[in-house]
Amino acid sequence: MSRRLMNPFGSTSPSSTTTTTSTMYNEKYELPRRASSPRVKKFPNFFTTSPKSKSETQTATAALLAAAQQQAFVNSPSQQISSPSLSLPTISLSTARADSANMDEPPTTLFQPPSPAEARRIARQHAQFGPLGHHTHRYTSRHHGGDFPEPVMDEPPYYYLLTTYISYLILIIFGHVRDFFGKRFHKEDYRHLQATDGYAALNNGFDDFYVRRLKMRLNDCFARPVTGVPGRYITLIDRQSDDHNLHFKHTGTTTETLNMSSYNYLGFAQSEGPCADQVEENVKRYGLSLASTRADVGTSDLHVEVEDLIARFVGKPSAMVFSMGFGTNATAFPALIGKGCLIISDELNHASIRFGARLSGATITMFKHNDTRDLERLLREVISQGQPRTHRPWKRILVVVEGLYSMEGTMCNLPGLVSLKKKYKFNLFVDEAHSIGALGPKGRGVCDYFNIDPSEVDILMGTLTKSFGANGGYVAGDRAIIDKLRLTNAGSIYGESPAPAVLAQISAALRIISGDFVPGQGEERLQRLAFNSRYLRLGLKRLGFIVSGHDDSPIIPVLLYNPAKMPAFSHEMLKRKISVVVVGYPATPLVASRARFCVSAAHTKDDLDRLLEACDEIGNVLQIKFSSGIAGGAEPLPEGITPEMEKDWRRTEKGGPHGELAYQPPRWKLDEVLKRGAQDVKSPLR
Amino acid sequence: MDLQDVQSWLNDVLREASVQFHKVPGSAIFLRYVKSSYQNDPVRSAVELFLVLFAIRYLAAPAYSTQKKSYVTLSEEACHLSSGIDVLLTSLKEVDELVDEWTPEPLVAPQTTFEEAENEKRPVIVGPTGPKSKLSNGRTVANLASYNFYNLVSNETLKEKAIQVLRTYGVGPCSPPGFYGTQDVHIKTEADIAAHLGTPACIVYAQAFSTISSVISAFSKRGDIIVADRAVNYAIRKGIQISRSTIRWYEHNDLQDLQRVLERVVTEQAKKPLTRRFIITEGLFENVGDMIDLPKIIAFGRQYKFRLILDETWSFGVLGRTGRGITEHQNVDAAEVDMIVGSLAGPLCAGGGFCAGSDSIVEHQRISASAYTFSAALPAMLATTASEILSMLQTSPEMLTTTRENIKTMWAQLDPRSDWVHCTSSADNPIMILAFKSDLIASKKLGVADQEQLFQEVVDETLANGVLITRLKSMPRAINATSKDVGWELQPALKVCVTSGLSKKEIERAGITIRHAITKIVNKRR
Ligand SMILES: Cc1ncc(COP(=O)(O)O)c(C=O)c1O
Repeated sequence: MSRRLMNPFGSTSPSSTTTTTSTMYNEKYELPRRASSPRVKKFPNFFTTSPKSKSETQTATAALLAAAQQQAFVNSPSQQISSPSLSLPTISLSTARADSANMDEPPTTLFQPPSPAEARRIARQHAQFGPLGHHTHRYTSRHHGGDFPEPVMDEPPYYYLLTTYISYLILIIFGHVRDFFGKRFHKEDYRHLQATDGYAALNNGFDDFYVRRLKMRLNDCFARPVTGVPGRYITLIDRQSDDHNLHFKHTGTTTETLNMSSYNYLGFAQSEGPCADQVEENVKRYGLSLASTRADVGTSDLHVEVEDLIARFVGKPSAMVFSMGFGTNATAFPALIGKGCLIISDELNHASIRFGARLSGATITMFKHNDTRDLERLLREVISQGQPRTHRPWKRILVVVEGLYSMEGTMCNLPGLVSLKKKYKFNLFVDEAHSIGALGPKGRGVCDYFNIDPSEVDILMGTLTKSFGANGGYVAGDRAIIDKLRLTNAGSIYGESPAPAVLAQISAALRIISGDFVPGQGEERLQRLAFNSRYLRLGLKRLGFIVSGHDDSPIIPVLLYNPAKMPAFSHEMLKRKISVVVVGYPATPLVASRARFCVSAAHTKDDLDRLLEACDEIGNVLQIKFSSGIAGGAEPLPEGITPEMEKDWRRTEKGGPHGELAYQPPRWKLDEVLKRGAQDVKSPLR
Repeated sequence: MDLQDVQSWLNDVLREASVQFHKVPGSAIFLRYVKSSYQNDPVRSAVELFLVLFAIRYLAAPAYSTQKKSYVTLSEEACHLSSGIDVLLTSLKEVDELVDEWTPEPLVAPQTTFEEAENEKRPVIVGPTGPKSKLSNGRTVANLASYNFYNLVSNETLKEKAIQVLRTYGVGPCSPPGFYGTQDVHIKTEADIAAHLGTPACIVYAQAFSTISSVISAFSKRGDIIVADRAVNYAIRKGIQISRSTIRWYEHNDLQDLQRVLERVVTEQAKKPLTRRFIITEGLFENVGDMIDLPKIIAFGRQYKFRLILDETWSFGVLGRTGRGITEHQNVDAAEVDMIVGSLAGPLCAGGGFCAGSDSIVEHQRISASAYTFSAALPAMLATTASEILSMLQTSPEMLTTTRENIKTMWAQLDPRSDWVHCTSSADNPIMILAFKSDLIASKKLGVADQEQLFQEVVDETLANGVLITRLKSMPRAINATSKDVGWELQPALKVCVTSGLSKKEIERAGITIRHAITKIVNKRR
């Protein structure tokens, strides 16, 4: 046991939130400091009237906790059933919040209170995977038939769009002014931007300007170093900067925060429990690495087993694994497609797809994000016109989409794509990086979600980095395709073979999800994720935020618009001990800066309530409750009106300018949101 | 259209616009604001208007150039314009017919018999890999095919350490490094590699193979110039391709030719604006096995103002007294090389790759190297394993000596002992590349496919005698590539990877097995 708690570097203590005596090391080696660079105040912050931060935000939901602890599930992933010492599932009573492992509460069962060591162990476990609060906090992720509508996208008042543009304008002007004077008066600091000694500057142009003048201002919100397991909580290594984010110093302390940032959808990021035990066993058996590529001698029985498991899981005859998801895409396209072929790619596809597509040498066009009508128009055009200049017919056309888009939270319209595919005979490639494990009643991705036979999709690609808590990627397809790819895919010829530890994690996670291993646990994870995703989304909509994406998506972006609100939001969240990701241009359109929450099965409803409370406060302070009501979050319908009747009801209920009942901007009270959320997520969200 | 029509249409549009404008929430406020500010201070309004226009122009420009255009080649765009008109002309029905007529080729070409055999024969190791590996057919063979040069894959101490890390960090970091995926272990591994090499900084990627492609494209852009060795590996080629830079090749390991090419670039470019220029080469070549003369190349770089990107994937952890790579081997300060790219997956038995260089070079990659920015971080277990092995290399360099002894032993068995093959690798390279001698190729008129076939038979024959080796695989061709797209082609060869995990005797015996297998297969062919 003591070994497990030991940190290999002894620099930070993973289980405590308090100061540790770690060696202070600089994140970077000291650069020559830009001592003389003009000290403009941090940021023209329009909106940071800093709120009186509540020191104890976590207490809000204590009352709800008590009721939620009745059920103990034998195979609940939060209970480490494989541990021989486990005796009392009800222990979770007093430790639902592991950051305040408060063991003073009197036990509410007849059982003995656990020993301090046992209590610590459980607290640790719960910091990685929260116990299920109530048996109703589950839902099944599935498309309920019918059309798959695009999510309604709300717009903020024009005032905010305008100020957003003005903010960028000011940033850019400031940046240029600083550069202008800097280049003249502080030549030293700008040396790297100019040709020196006959060498052209290594990086310049807009990219560099963007990084120095815009991203630098919110650098402290990016790449925050962490330690320990990125589970329900994540431990940040505190750092500070004395020179406006140019360098950071680690202060030697750590902070345990609620993790709304990792792609840990099913909560498999755990250092204990059945998965980790399997990994340990396999490291002992297989060693550290295959030290070869797949095409040479990097294939072990473990690889074969994992490939079979993946193929069965995604419902394809054959699959192959790679040691990196990005590399999977980067090498899959050149092996599938080339000159004389066409790739039609969703405009928001991931960088790895663009990378691979560009390497393939095929012609590339894009269609509007998730717009099947635009895709059809494009297909008709390209098929009838053939290749440019020669007008010869295309050799093949590959349509590439993602199952779930990581910045938008939207799902691809698979039913629409499949019917187009039947008509236009293109090949379909779906990147399930985020959707595998996260969508569908059995967690098998978009095909499962829409109940579409996986054979309708030619290539199912996915990564193992996200839902499975491992690393790497896979490509699944017909046997003939995969066999050919094994020979022609650079990733298998040159890429390192996945390590046994990683494979063991994949294999254990897959078997848990499909119920072959620790039955019941996989189902709980899937259903908790589905519940949590809908719960948080509905709550945010009701509070008045503009949230992008589909209802069942575990990726929940909240739109912030103004660039200054990104760091402000991130800082306010951090004050409340919540880690969030904020993203802006160029990862998103210029105006659509956002904060992104990634929901996990490891979260409990209380965690989400804590997050909602934080959002509520911050939303008021930063003025980000923009929604107009068209995208949901509406008050419940009056008695006797069913959702189907809503349209007619709106028409008869006079009120709006056009004789219809207008949508009211939803601005629910927090307690209402928390009270009604759990039951309302079970019906279609409105 | 008549002038009158135009006028009335214009009127309609304006009226509609004004109605729409008034519908916009806040438009009244905006109008009032504009009016009052104009009355109070016309200059201010003018300035504001100017700012707005400037903003629109400024913001619109980069969004176009970076995203859309890069995807569609110009000619194609032009074609789309004209095709837009064509489409109008072609009636809908015709389009439908064309759609019906169009039959795509199958997604992949069928396998050739040679490929089928390759898929079938690919060895599957049961249990751990090691100097003696058990295969799925139940036989245990001497493994001279994996990069397990120091026999560390099953080292108990390392396994124990890895399990400790597992119990603290879990397996995957579940995030890209930019979003909470940077763990303290990564920071430590980066510092360890930098310290080991003697560079100011280092960045760790999640896969060795993807590293260099991203490094190249993070720095070298369209219009920049790359001068590269003709024999560089596939990953470098792909990096060059995706960077869209201008490429000039020089003959493999030919310094005179390098100088000639550099000179030509300098004279050609003398009148043009200065662009970034890079020399890209490998320390030990993946496809040939030989070594470069690094001090000379650095000197050329200095002289002609080229930066050097050095791929040490096959020399890091291999060359030099403590495995620091070619810089240590040839007594060069690693900081003299602008970027050193290496692997943690080969002899280091971990996973991932790295790029070491100055602070600004490393920091630039953190935001602009695709494979770093858009991919999850390396699992903590692998990062610490790499760190541990680096410190083992430092504290017990005997490991390297044992391997080198074994390399010598293997050489003695094959080159010049074999009548048919010669080793193109450097004498310090544990990966021995064995190619057919040119007189044999000439006398038997062996084409590339013949040589591949023969080597595959040698591999099979060797395996039948209990020794596992592989052959050098040809670089994958782009689909539908024409013969003019195919540049340098590697010479088919055997690949024998020497390990310290086998005794001198065992290496000798394996060497004899390989030599005899070659003789047998070559003699069989008339
Ligand atoms: C759609 C998509 N594909 C591929 C990847 C790359 O996967 P990995 O992180 O495993 O390299 C990602 C990860 O961000 C992704 O979102």
